[in-house]
Amino acid sequence: MMNHPTEEQFVLYYYGEATGIASHIESCDTCRASYQALQRVLNSVDSFPVPERSADYEERVWTSVEQRWERRVRRPWWTGAAPWLAAAAMLVMVVSAFFAGRVWRQAAPAQVADRGVRERVLMVAVGDHLERSQAVLAELANTGAPSGKLDISYERQAAEDLLESNRLYRQTASASGDVATESLLDDLEPVLLEIAHSPPQVSAGELRSLRSQIEDRGILFKVKVFGTRVAQTNSL
Amino acid sequence: MEDSDSVAVARVKAGDGDAYRALVDRHSRGVFRLAYRMTGNEHDAEDIVQETFLRAYKQLHRYESRASFGTWLYRIAANCSLDLARSRVRHPQVELLENPSGDPGPDRLLAGEEVRRKLAETLDELSGQERAAFVLRHFEGQPIEEIASSLGVSSAAAKHSIFRAVQKLRRALEPLVT
Repeated sequence: MMNHPTEEQFVLYYYGEATGIASHIESCDTCRASYQALQRVLNSVDSFPVPERSADYEERVWTSVEQRWERRVRRPWWTGAAPWLAAAAMLVMVVSAFFAGRVWRQAAPAQVADRGVRERVLMVAVGDHLERSQAVLAELANTGAPSGKLDISYERQAAEDLLESNRLYRQTASASGDVATESLLDDLEPVLLEIAHSPPQVSAGELRSLRSQIEDRGILFKVKVFGTRVAQTNSL
Repeated sequence: MEDSDSVAVARVKAGDGDAYRALVDRHSRGVFRLAYRMTGNEHDAEDIVQETFLRAYKQLHRYESRASFGTWLYRIAANCSLDLARSRVRHPQVELLENPSGDPGPDRLLAGEEVRRKLAETLDELSGQERAAFVLRHFEGQPIEEIASSLGVSSAAAKHSIFRAVQKLRRALEPLVT
């Protein structure tokens, strides 16, 4: 008689990924009891209820997906230009607003209002920048391991463009004393640099290395959380 | 289904954005079920469905018809769920649903409810990878090789994630179902 199957073999057998233990289970009382116990547990998992969706669910999903597409497409005119150009324009606006506030010294409430406007202008621009960065990072973080080479030339080019704007936004954040934004953009920069300097076609190993850069620094999470906060602030 | 998926994918790749709607119609419920089993939370599952279809559209140029479109889409959904799990501090989210079916006796109903509660709790305590691997194997019937490829890990790692998940479920549920 063969040795008793292991628990792992029982699991594989349950899922149809192991053969050759059926006759043992038939003839061995101990193993049959053990397998039946496993079977009862795994059968009970099927009772995990999934809420029903309404009859118009597909319609609702399609509408939401379409709306999110439109939100991504309908951007302010300056974000449609090269990202670094938009960032440069933003730098000029924020720095001008900063100096204007110093030259025309007014009553304190007006200065506070100036600062509010500067921060808001920066946040709108940074929100868009983070959304684009998140898309690039998520794309690389979620692509399955390729069997051969994977073409990442699109992400590479996008990272190169984002790198320029990232530097400018970081300087802008620094100039306006926004430490949190400056620190996030500072963390994002080396990751964008790594992607921008990757070969256009990467092997599974190279993709893994890029992914671990993204994961080790937790940058995707930071960008998501910060981006959500910025979007919430901007919608107020 | 697979043939019509291929036709729709080819049309989308050729620039017909409306053809994507057919894919959303065919797969949104399945993606929701997967996402719900991965997260145990209805709102998160809804978000994952949307994010999955957005990502799939953006990555469609990478889709090769070696795997079925559904399998490829579920892979994206599983990764969206993992992303969500990673982006959150773990906290137990047990969402219990009313059981609308049949009229079993009160004892059986209570026992069934207890099993579902314990099951939801245990699934929530699994690591992201354990839960993803287990859900893909148990509910979606994906072979271990495919799960490994979906999660970007080795077959041995995928297999061990499933074993660990089963062990934890066994420890939690065996006293209730024997």
